[in-house]
Amino acid sequence: MAEKPQATGDSPFTTRDPRSAIRDPRCALTRTLRASYAFVERNFNLVRRYWGWEAVWLAYSIATTLSITYIGAGMEAISGVQVDTNYLILYLLIGTMVWRFLAIIFDNISEMIAWERWEGTIEYTLMAPITRFTHMMGQTAFAVAYSLLFTLVILGVVVLFFQLDLSGANLWGATVMLLAGSLSFIGLGILASVLPLLFPERGAQMTNVLQAVFLLISGVYYPVEVLPAWMQALARVSPATFVLEGMRAAILRGAPTSSLWPYLWPALLAGVVSIPLGLTVFHQAERYAKQTGKLKRDG
Amino acid sequence: MYENIHTAVVVSEVTKRFRKHNGLFHLRKREGAAPSTVVAVDRISFQVERGEIFGILGPNGSGKSTLVRLIATLLLPDSGRITVFGHDVVREEMAVRRLINRVSVEASFFKKLSAMENLLYGARLYGLDGRQARERALHILTRLGLKRDEVFQPMEEMSRGMQQKVAIARAFLTQPILLLLDEPTTGLDPRSKREVQAFVRELRDSHDATILLTTHDMQEADVLCDRIAIIDDGRIVALDTLGALKARVGRANGHEVTLEDVFMELTGKKLQVEEEE
Repeated sequence: MAEKPQATGDSPFTTRDPRSAIRDPRCALTRTLRASYAFVERNFNLVRRYWGWEAVWLAYSIATTLSITYIGAGMEAISGVQVDTNYLILYLLIGTMVWRFLAIIFDNISEMIAWERWEGTIEYTLMAPITRFTHMMGQTAFAVAYSLLFTLVILGVVVLFFQLDLSGANLWGATVMLLAGSLSFIGLGILASVLPLLFPERGAQMTNVLQAVFLLISGVYYPVEVLPAWMQALARVSPATFVLEGMRAAILRGAPTSSLWPYLWPALLAGVVSIPLGLTVFHQAERYAKQTGKLKRDG
Repeated sequence: MYENIHTAVVVSEVTKRFRKHNGLFHLRKREGAAPSTVVAVDRISFQVERGEIFGILGPNGSGKSTLVRLIATLLLPDSGRITVFGHDVVREEMAVRRLINRVSVEASFFKKLSAMENLLYGARLYGLDGRQARERALHILTRLGLKRDEVFQPMEEMSRGMQQKVAIARAFLTQPILLLLDEPTTGLDPRSKREVQAFVRELRDSHDATILLTTHDMQEADVLCDRIAIIDDGRIVALDTLGALKARVGRANGHEVTLEDVFMELTGKKLQVEEEE
């Protein structure tokens, strides 16, 4: 019979037992906040460790933002007609920056399952004693903070290239619009994150298709009125349409915050509906994945 | 709360089937054929007593990992019931998750993150505060033999044996009273395997934990387990202490009976040692 290995030395596992704290219902709120923070800290550490990729992504984002904005600067030369170049530059800049902000939030949330599959940690994370609400809260907090910082850095670089006149802009109103829009994209991101859960091999690509459709119909670089009628109807379903229209009203026309309500309420409503809907759908999808064995890393 | 519960796990008549995918849009369905299913776990029943190291021994594809996933709330059983310290794994999954942790055959880490960062993430998920988690993680990792600078290096720079020890340490950081070890030494070299086995033994001896260990390594089952269930094609073919299992076979070809002999006697098969189940 094989010899039993012997335990050696002092064990670090005999110190004060934290189980009582973990299982004490009075600590529920603290536990929830700590568990949510786990995702913020983890994602921050991942960004730090993948700094090379982040630098490449930032450079790419700055280059594409500049390319799009220069279309506005060059419009007079392209058309041969006198245009308000400052207006056009701002129009395109708002589109590209708002889209960048919302898309990063959407990506961070919708791809959380795909990332965990890729890393091989999905089962570890999903068997932790936390609710999906706690999970999403942490993921969302990081997504909004990261997206805001990333977008501000791009904006900081891009404004160096253009003489922008923001004297008449209602920046406070624009900020309110942006925050309302982020709520709706949090909900859409949660809904889209179901795809990598249900389709281990193709789910991540499906979220990209979804994002591309929103880009097409939401009037990011052009007014939705130029779209075919059926696409204009779809545009009214996208919260990004209202966020962009509200942002442009606030920045380009200096519309007061009180007059932004027609743009604000659809964006807020989309958030209020899509976040709980997303959590419910995710819960059902997780249950289905557990029934069919799709949580497993290789699907 | 759990001091008076002496049975850690009760598995009663549990069955789990998986549908086989037959290509795009399930062509077989259109042809009228019934969708094919694989019975991964077939009406299995057993109990694990508190404080035991309970082994589940079986070849690749015998249903070991499926069984562990069912107990770990990562799969839902088609029929039957599983309880962990009295909590039903389906109806009370959150209560079960607070009591358990799992180490899988592939060390599930964020490979770019350091051992410390991975352990901190795990500790926070289980509600530990940052300071406490950092202190405990550092203590555990240095106890494992990691130098201080190695603690902060990416996991991908560690050997697989060390990664697996860190995985077990991460599981114990949250002080589970049931630890599920799913082939923790598969793919490790003999030295790393012995180190991991010694580590598991030490943890069991120094901590109030029940360990359920799956393996297709008979030496490992022999070294670590108090009782062993032999599983084949999703069914338990024998369950007993090591000595009792060997006694079933008697002396074989003049050498001392091994678990391999027991397995062959009971199933007519050899255990195959491969990397993945």
